[in-house]
This record gives sequence, C-alpha cells and structure tokens, in this order.
Amino acid sequence: MSWDTLMQYKWGIMTPEWIILGVGIALSLIDLLMPNDKSRRPLGWFAFVGVIVAIVSLVALLPVHTTTILNDSFRLDSFGKAFKLLLLFGAAFVLLLSIDYQPREGMKYYGEFYYLFLTALLGAMVMTSSGDLITLFVGLELLSISSYILAGLRKAHSLSNESALKYVINGGISTAITLFGMSYVFGLTGSTNLKKIGMQLSTLQDSGHQYVLALAFLLLLVGLSFKLSSVPFHMWAPDVYQGAPTPVTAFLSVVSKTAGFVIVLRLFITIFAAAPAQGKDPSSMLLSMQDYIAFLAGATMVIGNVIALKQRNIKRLFAYSSIAHAGYILVGFASMSWVMIDSIWFYLAAYLLMNLGAFAVLQIITDQSGSEDISQFAGLYRRHPLLAVLMGIFILSLAGIPGTAGFIGKVHIFLGAFATDPAHYVLASVMVAATVVSYVYYFGLFTQIFFRPAAVHEPIKLPIGAALVVLICAVGTLVFGVLPGMVYHFLDQFQHFDDFLH
Amino acid sequence: MNETYFLSLLIFSPLLGMILLAFVPKEQEQTIKWLGVLGTLPSLILALFAFSQYLGGYDLNRLAEKHAWIQFGKFAFLSSSTFTVDYELTVDGLGLVMMVLTALLATLAAIASIHIKKEWKGYFMLFLLLEIGMLGVFAAGNLILFFIFFELTLVPMFFLIGKWGYFEKERAAYSYLIYNGIGSAILLLVILILFARTGTSNIALLKEMLHNPQAAAQMIAPISTDLRYGLLIALLVAFGVKLPIVPLHSWMLRVHVQAPPAIVMLHSGVLLKIGAFGLIRFGMGLFPEQFYRLAAVIALLGVINLLYGAFLAFVQEDFKMVLAYSSISHMGIVLIGLGALNEAGIQGAIFQVVSHGLISALLFLLISILYERVQTTQLGHLGGTAKTMPLASGFLLAGAMASLGLPGMSGFISEFMAFLGLFKSAPILAAIGTLGIIMTAVYLLRAVLNITYGKAQSRVAEANVSDIHAIELIPVLILLGCIILIGIYPHILAQPLKAPIQLMMNGLGG
Repeated sequence: MSWDTLMQYKWGIMTPEWIILGVGIALSLIDLLMPNDKSRRPLGWFAFVGVIVAIVSLVALLPVHTTTILNDSFRLDSFGKAFKLLLLFGAAFVLLLSIDYQPREGMKYYGEFYYLFLTALLGAMVMTSSGDLITLFVGLELLSISSYILAGLRKAHSLSNESALKYVINGGISTAITLFGMSYVFGLTGSTNLKKIGMQLSTLQDSGHQYVLALAFLLLLVGLSFKLSSVPFHMWAPDVYQGAPTPVTAFLSVVSKTAGFVIVLRLFITIFAAAPAQGKDPSSMLLSMQDYIAFLAGATMVIGNVIALKQRNIKRLFAYSSIAHAGYILVGFASMSWVMIDSIWFYLAAYLLMNLGAFAVLQIITDQSGSEDISQFAGLYRRHPLLAVLMGIFILSLAGIPGTAGFIGKVHIFLGAFATDPAHYVLASVMVAATVVSYVYYFGLFTQIFFRPAAVHEPIKLPIGAALVVLICAVGTLVFGVLPGMVYHFLDQFQHFDDFLH
Repeated sequence: MNETYFLSLLIFSPLLGMILLAFVPKEQEQTIKWLGVLGTLPSLILALFAFSQYLGGYDLNRLAEKHAWIQFGKFAFLSSSTFTVDYELTVDGLGLVMMVLTALLATLAAIASIHIKKEWKGYFMLFLLLEIGMLGVFAAGNLILFFIFFELTLVPMFFLIGKWGYFEKERAAYSYLIYNGIGSAILLLVILILFARTGTSNIALLKEMLHNPQAAAQMIAPISTDLRYGLLIALLVAFGVKLPIVPLHSWMLRVHVQAPPAIVMLHSGVLLKIGAFGLIRFGMGLFPEQFYRLAAVIALLGVINLLYGAFLAFVQEDFKMVLAYSSISHMGIVLIGLGALNEAGIQGAIFQVVSHGLISALLFLLISILYERVQTTQLGHLGGTAKTMPLASGFLLAGAMASLGLPGMSGFISEFMAFLGLFKSAPILAAIGTLGIIMTAVYLLRAVLNITYGKAQSRVAEANVSDIHAIELIPVLILLGCIILIGIYPHILAQPLKAPIQLMMNGLGG
C-alpha cells in the first residue's frame, strides 16, 4: 500500500479515536516524566477533558453518511455512532468518579489508571466501528487486557489481586473460545471481512457446513458472554466487582458491558442473519438459534436475581444485579424484532445512567466508611436526605418502576418480545418474574436507607466528581423516564440502524 | 380538544401541597399537618365541581385531554400513530364517581392523620403522592398511563406501611410489595401484549380494534380467541390480587392490621377498589364475549369470597382482622354483581364499590380513634366503650349497621341490587350467597356489641379516656352523612352511572 492510497482514506471519521489515542499517549508520557510526589489528579481532569472533546467530535460526525475506510475494516455507520456515544458518556462519568477515588490502604498516586482506562475505551470504540474480524478482535483484546490491569490496580489489596487473577484466567478461556469460533467462520469462508463473510454464508447449502457454522455460533455466543457477564461466563463478575477499585467496577459493569453487546450485535447480525440453516427457521441461522439465546437470557436473569437476594456486600449485590440486567438486554436480542437495536440502545443508555449513578453513591458511602457491607447504607436518609432520595431514584429505575428510565427501557424490550409472531410469551414471563424477584433486594436497600437508624452519624463528604455524576445521572434517569419522547426523537436520526449491512 | 387542563389540574393538584411541604422545616408539626390537609382540598373541590356540573348535564367528553408523549420509533411501513403513547386523560361517569370518592377519602384520611406520631413531613408528601396515583388511575385514557398511575401508588404505600405502621410493619410492607408487584407485573404483560400486537394502548381504540373486524385489520399481529381468554384470566389474577379474591388475599390482611389506620382508610376505601374498577373497565370492557363465558366462575368466586370472609371474620379476636375479613367478604359482593351480567348486578357491584369505600373508611377511622385512647384493638381488651365514649360507640354501631346492610344506608342498596342481579341469572348460587349476608350481621354484631356494651375492661374504663374530639368528629359525620345520603337517595349515584352501565350492557349484549 503506497503512501498516496493511505492518504486518500478519510481519516477524519476516526477523529474520536484519534483524540482518545492522543490523550492516552500524552498521559503516559506525562506520568513518566512527572515527579513521583506530585498528585495525579490533574491527569484525571485532562483525561476527562479529552473524552469530552471526543464526544464533541463525535457529535460533529453524526450527520456524516455511512463511510468505510481501510478496506471496510473500519466503518462509521449509525450503529457505530450511536453506541460510541454511550461508551464515551459512560467513560466520562467513570473518569469523574475516579478523580476522587481514594482506596483505604493509601495508594496515593496512580497515573496508570487514566491511560489504561483510555486504551480500554479505545478498544471498545474500535470494536463498535469495526467491519472486520481482525479489528473486532484487536479491539476486544485491547479492552480486555487493559481491564485486567485495571482490576488489579490496588496492588496492596489482596482482594484486588485475586480479582485481577480471576479476571485474567476467565478472560483467557473465553477469548480462546471466541477465537475458536471465529476460526470456523474464517475456515468456511476464507475471509475476515464481516460483509464478505455474510455474503459467502448466504449461499451456504451443504448441511455439514451448516452444522459447523452452528457450532461456531454457539462458541462465539459462549465466548462473548464473558464480556456481557451473562450465563455461562458470569461467575467472574461478583469476585472481580468486589475486588476491583470502585471506578473500575463501574467501568466493567457499564462501559465494558456495552462494548460486549456491541460486538454481539455487530458479529451475529452481519454474519449469521443471512446464512441459511436447518431447524425451526431454515431461512436464517440467527433465527434458528433464537431458542439458545433465549435460554441463556432466561438463565442469566434468574441466576442474577436469585443469587443477589442473599448478598450482604454491596458491590457483590450490584454484580449480580448487573448480571440480571445483561439478561434483560439479552431478551431484547433474543426477540429479534425490528425494534431490537433501538430497544437495546435505549436500555443500555438507561442502564448507564441508573447504574453509574448508583455506583457513584456507593463509592461515596463505601470510601468514607471503608466497609462494603450493605448496613453502611443504614440511615442514609438521616445523614444526607438528598443523597438518599437520589439513590432512591436509581434503585427505583433499576427495579423498573414507572417514571424512571428503567421502566421505559423494559417496556421497549417487552414490546419487541410481543410484537413478533410467534411472540415470546415464556421469555417475557420469565423476565417479569425475575423483575419481581429483584424488587426484594432493591427494596431491601430501601429499608436500609429509609427505615433503619444510622450506625454512624458523621456527616457525608461529597467529592465534587462523584457528586456531579450523581446529579447528572439522576436528572438523566428522570428525563429518560418522564420524557422519553426526546430520546426517541434523537434516535430517529439513525433510522433504526438500517445501514448496518451496507 | 386541548383547550382544557381541568383533569390534569385535578389529578396533579396535590403536587402543590408537596412543593409547599418541601419548604417547611420538619419540626413544625402543626404547619405540616395543616398543609397536608389543605393539599388534598383543591382536588376535592375540583372533583365535586365536576360532579355537580355533570349532574347538571355537562358532557364529560369535553374534559378529555391529549398531548403527544412517547413514540417508540418511527417505521416507514407502519402508520405514524403506531406505537405512540400519548398523555391522554378522559373520564366518564364511573371514573368521575371514583375520583370524587378518592378525593373525599383523601381529605378525610388526611384529617385522620393527626394521630401520626413522627416524621410528618415525609408522611404527608408520600400521602399526597399516593393521592396523585389514585386519582390518575381513574382518568387514564390509555393502558400505559393507567399502569403508570397504578404503580405510582405502589412505592408510597410501601413506605407508608413500612415506616409509619405498627409492630410488624416491615413484613407487611414487603408482603404488600411482593403480592402487588406480581399483580402489576401480570397486568404489565397484558397491557404490553395488547400494545405490541395492536400498536395502540388507547382504551377506546383498543375496544374498537378488538371488536370491529375492519379496525382489526390494522393490527400488527393477530390476537386469537385463546389469547383473549388468556389475557382476561391474567387480568382477573392481576386485579384479583388487588381486590383481593381469595386465595390471593393474605397480604391484604397484614396491611389492614399493620398499616396506620389513616392509610388503611385509603387502602380499603380506594386502592382495593382499583381492582374492581380495573375488572369492570378492562376485563368487561375489552373482552366482553370472554367475560360473558367466564361470568359463572366470577360469580362463584364472589360467593366464595363472601362466605370465606364472613366465616373467618366471625372467629377473629382482633377488631382490625374482623374488618379485614369483612372487606374480603364485601368485595365478594362486587364479584357477585359483575358475575350476574345484568344491569341490576353491575349497578350493585359499582354501588358496593362506592358504599364499601365509605363504610370501611368510617370503620377504620373509628378504629384509629379507639386505638388512640386504649392502645389496643383486641376484642378481649375492649368492652364497655359505651360508658366512657358514648359518641364514638354510637358511630361505631352506626358504621356496623351500614356495613351489614341496614335499609336506609348505602350498604343495603348495593347488596340488594347485586343479589337481585344474581337471583335473575343464577338463583341457586345466589341462595347460597345470602348465607353470607346473614353471617355479616352475626360477626359484625358480635364484635361491635362486645366493644360497646360488653363487660367493661380496665383499659377502657380508665379516667383519662375521653370521647371523640371535634376535629375527629368532622370526618366521621361527613362519611356517615354520605352513607345515609346514598342509602335514602340512591339516585345521586345511579344517575351518573347510568350512561357507563348502559354502554357496558351494550358491549355484553353484542
């Protein structure tokens, strides 16, 4: 490839990625050259500003038509734009949380957090826009490897070390399974380009080949469930969430999960939607696999919600809760209706707001007390009524009570499940039952916050970053819940992501 | 159609009280209580105003409001109104009657809340939020909005029970949450199945789509007859939790005993009635043919409720439990009336909804008055109140008489009409049911006579036990007045209900 062809590509469509990359490199150099006794807080603000600039550049790119560069391996389509927006906003909130994060054991300066965080974000963004198995996988690994280190950032803390190790091992296994599945796909088609693979597979008639492809599908589904923290690769979540620094936990539960859904949608829809298959619906491999996805979704919801009932550690509780939410979103995927991507986008956006808001409150409380027991929330209403009410909003939204973002998100997912023919009554009923189970532990938090007397009476200090996150997320949760019309109006410009395959 | 905001104003006027309350320091008990009561007044005034206008011949359709709200995505291959949920409010005679009842009971319950001992500010804010939810339910123009208002009552109730209730309050709150959570989850499924398959959640439009073959052609996906039966049964379960229908009732006993009496007034007076309202509006309104087939089952469930509640009320030792089972028993009469499937039956059912709302509110109000003075509701510890509290005892007797259906009071009219209806359509079942009426007299007289004229108990006879105060007297007199008014002049209720009942009969006949 000559220099001239290289220069002909429209590199401009990668502006957000360039910004993140640039800021990441700059931060690593600054961190290297900075004296050891200087606080790294300014680095956090620098990273935050970088993410904000990336958001602005992405917004400027919104009107740009679908463009692809580098032989269709990087594509800026409406799917990429919409989901990158979620990733960037999630990252900005997490950075705000991290600026004031102070682990108990006195690890003062940790500049590496910020640039590792940005590379993880970069990986997720590349996945969102990739049109090729190679870029997809490179993005996935960039995200994963950065996250492994992030999870173990509290070097002097044994739980953090344990969490990093568990995360690496589980991640390694799942990556191997994913890669194995990809190798079948490559073997059948001889191409790594998603669009070409899709075209090749649409003429696949040999039943033996179809069998291999179905195997590849299941391998990919199982392997990628690691990133979604859904069954069967959900076991890592509680341990890693508990041990990792709180901002990293927030990152894993929101940004990393969003990236997981991005790769699942990108991969499965482009490759498997047009491939013929045997079984229930012979016209499409994806549709014929619906039952398996539905089963995993059901199992994820039930396991997540039922085990959450018994948790006393607040971070483990939220780990199981986040597993359950992955299950809800998988219901949207398993329904395969024409509102699928819209509903998943909306739910992820709602989940971003409500979960990051809850994590911000969680960080404020646990940082101050040093304990992660659920009883730390006791009497929060007495200690800080406003914070208690805002936390109440997040919990109501997570439980899916009307007036909040979580309710509209669930309604949209149900809508998808019922609008298809035949409708997914069983799956939707499981989801409803799981939601009712989740009331028990979410309202259990309520009893702690509002009914129980406070164990400690010292006033709560509000760090600026976390307070800002709580406030923005609470407003967002309510706006998404009360005036969802605005959000859907915004979503209309993507025209239901119909340029996905073009 | 958008020139009026009357209904919105009516429903959301308690918000004003909430906002004002937010600025009052939480120690100022008197101000908070006054504001709490005043906060309920605007909606009461507006509701009464609308009611009087309606009696004077005003067309309620002119109150309908509609504003664009949510559209779940625009699709080129669907018409532009598909999958939209508008903010639309509409009210008919039935809805208006329920709104008047709600607003009235809310004001009276707010007055009865003077006995609340702690954290008045939080209490009254949640109380007013609860009122918004209850009022909205009766005016929602589409199913999604109905559900949102319906759920809006769930959270404040959870707090009101769990924080201000008696000894086992948290258990009661959880029990309430889980049972009603399951009920509303099922309701949500029904609503969303209808919404997803027809593309609309507007109640009037849904009726049209489900019955007019031409409109049905515009559906997104078909709704088969089997599915309709399934949806109706699901509705029966969902609202059966709320009503409650035996065996889905155990949560309601706990709430009646553990919640603060002022909240039980609203709970028993309005929230249970939402179940009946839902069955009438959606069960009967959307699936009349299927309802027609299931009518015998519903009447049977009603008789079971009636007898089960009556027999168990007879053996209770706690006066609150007697009234809780009595509520179950009386809700059976609603089901009996609906199951009768004729004009008298349905009218009886709706009359029973209103009448029982007033009567149970009165009885629980008196319970709170009793409890304040003697700190118990155990029948064994109560006795001889007629000596120390002659007025309160007299009202208690009057309430019991109304509840057992003494002619001249509202309870008589509703029971009479409900049974009149059932005797026409299922005489044997009705004959068995009348046993329940007799039992009602037995258990109520047993409990009330024991309290008022029974052997004087030490707690009651103490010198510091005073009779009813002036401020407590107001709500008692108003409730009793309404009960007698309906009893001797039922036309005041029959007239506004005439058109909606006629509409329902047309649906059932067709």
